Amino acid sequence: MIEIKDVRKTFGILAVLKGINLDVNKGELLCLIGASGSGKSTLLQCINGLEPIQGGEIIVDGISVHDPKTNINMLRRKLGIVFQQYNAFPHLTALENVALAPRVVAKRGRKEALALAQKHLDHVGLGNKADSLPSQMSGGQQQRLAIARALAMEPSYMLFDEVTSALDPELVGEVLETMRLLKSEGMTMVVVTHDINFARESADRVAFLHQGEVCEIGTAEEVIDNPQKEQTQKFLRREKRKPLEVA
Amino acid sequence: MNGYQFYWSIVWDSLPLLLAGAWVTVQITLLAFIIGTLIAMPMAVARQHGEGWAYRFSTCWVELSRNTPAVFQLYVFYFGLGAFHINISSYAAVLISVSFNNAGYMTEIFRGGLSAIPRQQLPAARSLGMTGAQSFIHVIFPQMFKVIFLAYVTQGIWGMLNTSLGMLVGLPELSGATQYAQSNSFRTFEFFLVTALIYYLIAKALQFSAQLAFRLVYRS
Repeated sequence: MIEIKDVRKTFGILAVLKGINLDVNKGELLCLIGASGSGKSTLLQCINGLEPIQGGEIIVDGISVHDPKTNINMLRRKLGIVFQQYNAFPHLTALENVALAPRVVAKRGRKEALALAQKHLDHVGLGNKADSLPSQMSGGQQQRLAIARALAMEPSYMLFDEVTSALDPELVGEVLETMRLLKSEGMTMVVVTHDINFARESADRVAFLHQGEVCEIGTAEEVIDNPQKEQTQKFLRREKRKPLEVA
Repeated sequence: MNGYQFYWSIVWDSLPLLLAGAWVTVQITLLAFIIGTLIAMPMAVARQHGEGWAYRFSTCWVELSRNTPAVFQLYVFYFGLGAFHINISSYAAVLISVSFNNAGYMTEIFRGGLSAIPRQQLPAARSLGMTGAQSFIHVIFPQMFKVIFLAYVTQGIWGMLNTSLGMLVGLPELSGATQYAQSNSFRTFEFFLVTALIYYLIAKALQFSAQLAFRLVYRS
């Protein structure tokens, strides 16, 4: 379980998160929606300690993320994250991309790590791309590679940071399909997205962030189809007026 | 025509001496290349990071090594340390000063390479649980070396040419050995023509082996 307690985050004088309270339960898919600058991506980066926080606390399975005594590298093995810009390692083949962390971080043998990597590539449908370099793969394939790379550390949670926003429209489907697969296998997921349709179909709960605060949270039906707060209604009306944007 | 007569046979007789000198040159070149690289990698990261004592330390190093003559740097390590009764051999002095010079230039070459790597690569590596050092060793540096390869090899060759300063502190590297050999006959021109050719061949050998290594590592 991830417990987010009164988390505050500032960049200089700019307050990005103004006291966020949120729990992520085991096995659920929580979608974070909101306008650009509402703090949803920043919150995700805080959860695995890539960003420091200025107040509050984030607790993952009883371990405080930002406590200086926490072994953050150990904790990150529980928290896979996938970024908007894929961030494949360009000098390594797909197989090596996935095998790197198991070998270096989890100290598995080379053969074992490569076998594990092949298993995870197969899982996301890239089994035949093992020897390709990222530059030889489409955006959608690179994004699935990033998912496989995170899964190879066998995390308990997966964080997705607008993973379809940089993709061509025709490549979005294969990535969403992979995410649905993970959900069906019971993975706990926090998904930052602009894709309201994905949130409606797949999320167990949806949180709408507005100016650094959780404005509204509930099931997809409650928040997306029957929003109570004015800001939520406004945001969803704007999103619906952008039918071509798949991000 | 002023009728200059070349006497190559004198050079030929001294060839074993020159080749022994060339071997010293190759040793110092390779060692200074490796030492310079190992020092420059953390210094480039510190320079890129842009604050703290490590940044100030590496900035001082870069400023001194780039903005003073290499011969001055050699004299500091040889005569300068000697003035404080720290006596090191001429071999050690040349090795240290060329390594010092290499490290300063390589730091800036590496820093240029680091800034060409997308910012998100480091958080992507860290997010998998890698430590900072692991991220640099397995993810950042391999990409950096690909970017800076040509400038890096050029610096290695430049370091090789700098070892010729060993002549000034009595080290029988290639130039020192040549200087000694020609002093019997004063056939300076012939001797240094041959020496220049040997330098050229060493430089080419360095370049080819670096290219070979590049192809093996990067499979391209």
